[in-house]
Amino acid sequence: MNDNNIPHIKSAETRYLEEREALFRGLQRLDRRGFFRVSGGATAAAIAAGVGFPFHSFLPINVAYADASGGSQGFTFAYISDSHLYARKTNERFVRQLLRAVDDVNSLDPQPDFVLYGGDLAQLGRKEELDLGAQILKALKAPVRMMVGEHDWYFDMGRHWNALFGPETYSFDHKGVHFVVLMSVQEKDFWTARGLSPAERMHTVAGLDNALQSAFEVGTPQREWLKKDLERVPASTPLIVFSHSPLYKLYRPWNFWTDDAEDVQAILQRFDRVTVLHGHTHQVLTNRIGNIQFHGMLSTAWPWPYAPQGLPALTVQMNRPNPFNPADGLGDGSATVHPDGLVDKLYNLWNRNPTQVKANYLSSGGKSDIPAAPKLASY
Amino acid sequence: MKRNAGAALRRTALLGCLAIAGGALIAAASPTAGQHGAMAMDAQQQRLDQLVTNAASAPPGVDPVAWSKIYQPPGNEPTADRIALGRKLYFDTRLSKDGTVSCGTCHDASRGFTDHRNVSEGIGDHLGRRSAPTTMNAALFQSMFWDGRASTLEEQAKLPILNPVEMGHPDAASALAAISGDPAYRDLFQKAYGRAPSYDDLGRAIASFERTLIFLEAPFDRFAAGDAKAMSPAAQRGFALFNGKARCVSCHMINASNPLGTDNLFHNIGVSARKQNFEALAQQALAALQGGSGVDAVDKMALQTDMSELGRFIVTKNRGDIGAFKTEQLRNIGITAPYMHDGSLRTLWDVMDHYNKGGETNPYLDGGIEPLNLSEDEINDVVAFLFSFTDTRFARENETALHEQQAHAARQRPFRDNALAHRRVLPFETRVIGSTGLK
Repeated sequence: MNDNNIPHIKSAETRYLEEREALFRGLQRLDRRGFFRVSGGATAAAIAAGVGFPFHSFLPINVAYADASGGSQGFTFAYISDSHLYARKTNERFVRQLLRAVDDVNSLDPQPDFVLYGGDLAQLGRKEELDLGAQILKALKAPVRMMVGEHDWYFDMGRHWNALFGPETYSFDHKGVHFVVLMSVQEKDFWTARGLSPAERMHTVAGLDNALQSAFEVGTPQREWLKKDLERVPASTPLIVFSHSPLYKLYRPWNFWTDDAEDVQAILQRFDRVTVLHGHTHQVLTNRIGNIQFHGMLSTAWPWPYAPQGLPALTVQMNRPNPFNPADGLGDGSATVHPDGLVDKLYNLWNRNPTQVKANYLSSGGKSDIPAAPKLASY
Repeated sequence: MKRNAGAALRRTALLGCLAIAGGALIAAASPTAGQHGAMAMDAQQQRLDQLVTNAASAPPGVDPVAWSKIYQPPGNEPTADRIALGRKLYFDTRLSKDGTVSCGTCHDASRGFTDHRNVSEGIGDHLGRRSAPTTMNAALFQSMFWDGRASTLEEQAKLPILNPVEMGHPDAASALAAISGDPAYRDLFQKAYGRAPSYDDLGRAIASFERTLIFLEAPFDRFAAGDAKAMSPAAQRGFALFNGKARCVSCHMINASNPLGTDNLFHNIGVSARKQNFEALAQQALAALQGGSGVDAVDKMALQTDMSELGRFIVTKNRGDIGAFKTEQLRNIGITAPYMHDGSLRTLWDVMDHYNKGGETNPYLDGGIEPLNLSEDEINDVVAFLFSFTDTRFARENETALHEQQAHAARQRPFRDNALAHRRVLPFETRVIGSTGLK
């Protein structure tokens, strides 16, 4: 799958984005005093041109980010993740919440370049669950990039998901960034020897704290594919990797874990700038290992508590959700990819102020741009 | 065409004159009619004499220790003098610039200590943006106003006097000057606070008086105390629904230590989403509040601008508070219609219809608001239960209000949406998927 831009026909949105980016690139060339002199006028001009503010951030678009050699043009993509849909008549709360996330993302102005769906669209991998999710996601205005989660997979080993959304492992290039989507929730066969039915296999994997299943892994064949895919990509190209499970080892009993994480990290090591976005953990989660910056994604179904051990030091925790508000601690969000290829990650927590975790916070090892700690009282 | 229109205009004008004349006649004929639709202030005071004893001690329904330790702010402990001063101030129309409006105008002792209007009318017939909440039991709230912009009654009482569309005094000095000619006040202030009149003491005195307006003796309380016959079978079924299927208790928790039936929090249930674009409004409010976000600025914004519909947000600037308003008390709800911050729901049947369909869909909707799938019989039961929260001192008014609301609800139920209530269509579904719906 490759970038599907058609060079000679530009939509109004594309032209508008290009103009906006040209404006911002111009701003970056200014010296500090020059910037302060024009920034007010430029912001006003941007507003007059309809740039406005991102719907769910209230933060003015960051115009003064230092350029680097990477050559990305800077853009935003949104995400929705972990909706865990049952059939509508079994549990329509999760259906409503996914609809709400789609409504959120559709209200973004300007629209994101694409929407990442972070996996676990279904709860028990059933056809009707995946079909329902696919129908809802079709309503997104922006193009969708799909990632698979274990809840989508272990009923029919991905057959229906693949039929709906295509291959689970793929890469694409977008505005100077190389994107890789992995299937990081491979498990070793625990079902054949035990004679488990597909439903029993699925239920076992769906259990969070379950000794029967194996740890998640990317696995050898996919790691080989990854090496090959990255062969042609220069180290200066910004790399963004999507994986359902975090590509590091956080807490094994809950499978907040990827067993061959070190091997995958080793493959990513030669790149200057790597960002991993993962689902599965349903919470604000921030980590950095060497050159790799990691961000979790919010769920639209339920928030998980933080694991009792292994929490990365860089994570500024979100509050414990209010149990009386079933939408608290849930949400969607977006990632602003800077021209240097690094990512500012926005957690659009419903019914709370959005939390932005900036690339600079991670690059500086937690010394600058520290995200605001939530001030809400605990319940 | 033109001539006809002119004739119609003249007719309307004529009818208007007749109506005004009629109103004046009624006002002249009835010694109890006051201005802005309120009962005359001396008549209200007579009414009040029959209702409360003005005692400084703990009222029935409130634990005496909690009453003295929690509900009395240090420095303003209740005394008979403070209450007497506050009472005189509460009914004094001189506290408004044109002498037509007192606290009792919109918090009228003859109208459930509210005004039965969608939004209140102040001096010069200016309309505000919010419905007057009752002053009954207001002392038991943890914050005041629909958006909680004042944390105490003392603070609350000082704001309407200075708001341009309410009582309209330009500043505290002007309000004090309006009553300083009255020697009785000099004496009362001295007795109450041992010093010359000040605006802060004025607020304190009104608050002390309002703390006597406690009305917690309802059929519900007798039922909770063990009298199984205190509530009708319908109301008892409604109580079960209140605690279960109808989900009311999630926010309207009610018990001995929290007798109001409020969580004292702020929730977006979508009332203002019916008519507002929150996003544009929020940007406008943030810009406006950059010039100053003190309580006076917020007060004016809440009463004079469209940004009023942002609710708690203009106080906290917290995105999660957009369109969120304080959970109102359930006490005396039968006699304090209309409902919600803008008085947009006329009957308790409308209130139930609103909740039954899962509120009004908007991005800031509280997560606890979801379609309830209540049947008509179940709605009737919950409404019957809600009417059992009216203090027995208002039993007659309650009965009248019940019949009036019943008759009105039989004619129109503008907020009923059975497709949403019974989950045939889900919230957000029509916005996201369109009218075809989900398969």
